[in-house]
Amino acid sequence: MGKATELASRLAADVDAAFPELVLTHQDRLYSGVRSFVGAADAEDVTQEAFIRAHRALQTYTEDRIESLQVSPWLWTIALNLCRNWARTRSRRPQTVQLSFDQSGGAAAEDEVVNGVMLDGWKQRLARLSEAQRVAVVLRHVVGLSYREIATATDRPVGTTKTDVSRGLTALRRIISEEESP
Amino acid sequence: MTDIARRLQALATTAPDTLVTNVLAATGTGMFYSTVAGPVGVGELLIGWSSAGIYAVAPVTEEARFLEEHSTGPLAPMPRELPAKWRRQLEAALRSGKLGRLPVDLGKLSDFQQTVLRKTAEIPPGQLRPYGWVAREIGKPGATRAVGSALNKNPVPVLIPCHRVGRSDGTVGQYAYGPAMKRDLLRAEGLDPDAIDEAAERGVRYIGSATTNIYCHPTCHHAMRIKETNRVELSSAAAAHRAGFRACLVCRPAVAA
Repeated sequence: MGKATELASRLAADVDAAFPELVLTHQDRLYSGVRSFVGAADAEDVTQEAFIRAHRALQTYTEDRIESLQVSPWLWTIALNLCRNWARTRSRRPQTVQLSFDQSGGAAAEDEVVNGVMLDGWKQRLARLSEAQRVAVVLRHVVGLSYREIATATDRPVGTTKTDVSRGLTALRRIISEEESP
Repeated sequence: MTDIARRLQALATTAPDTLVTNVLAATGTGMFYSTVAGPVGVGELLIGWSSAGIYAVAPVTEEARFLEEHSTGPLAPMPRELPAKWRRQLEAALRSGKLGRLPVDLGKLSDFQQTVLRKTAEIPPGQLRPYGWVAREIGKPGATRAVGSALNKNPVPVLIPCHRVGRSDGTVGQYAYGPAMKRDLLRAEGLDPDAIDEAAERGVRYIGSATTNIYCHPTCHHAMRIKETNRVELSSAAAAHRAGFRACLVCRPAVAA
């Protein structure tokens, strides 16, 4: 918390000077979460765009607003919007494009393997949750945000967020047991 | 439950190396560096720059030290060409010996260091002033030593001409990148560092004109124009005043002394 507040102060003092630190501090977690939502092929583009939009927004904020910023939840508000837009654009794409993407082999396919499990498998499982549960579960357990931070990022009450996480995990457990039973 | 949580944690990974580079390039933030041909005899220079302006200058031979000094955590400055306008202003500054409108980023320095460097930037090309002169001009006559140390840490040498500041005994003196580079820089501006040292060692501090009764720093352009027959070598400001000279209003020798 202390460290995050210091980053906000440095951003307030000079956005451009502190921005590289913001990227370095948050890129791994942002990328990991975004990848869980959009898959490995587009994760880098979407994460990159989230940082670029964050920079653009910071330039329009007053010093006081930046100073009081909760950087992590704020970044996630931006990134979640982009992930939502990404999903919307994808669903409008013709099926043939969808297929050609799924069959793209080589490096992209290799990237999808995470610690021996297929990332794609997780993407499918997560896709079966409600959006609120999917977001809450990923932000809690992949990204490691606190319930309070997730609540701020999604603009929902903390209690609801806890329920979303716990119901999301229950649903995932059911989905996995269905996969494992013949 | 915890079992699933653990499996989800395994989805956490590190971002690809290209991510930060692309983001910083797209937002114009971060530290970059490029190179430029230095003044005659000096060789190529590294130019560190960010959106705030030029933050560092160093000889290319010092690249390793340069990268180490300007890294933040794992992020070292990245090679990238200067914005075209800054490149033009940089080349003009190196040609003319004057900073002009080239943006130089001194933001990380103390107020004192910034004041010293801005005063130093006012010294015209081809002229040398003693550390004590800078100290007096910024209203801190006792801070000669501090001025020397601030200039030694000048992040943008050549552009802010700390090579135009010498020892109070009139000699050329030391330089952060070695005295040879300082002498080369002065030579490139038309000065003869050996002659400067030789005169200083003979005790000459100022030059007076027998026709105008004005005395100057030896390299002031007014002093350089004095005819050989009218040149009077002076050993101190006190000696100059005793001999009836007044201080030059341009190079301002020993105004407060």
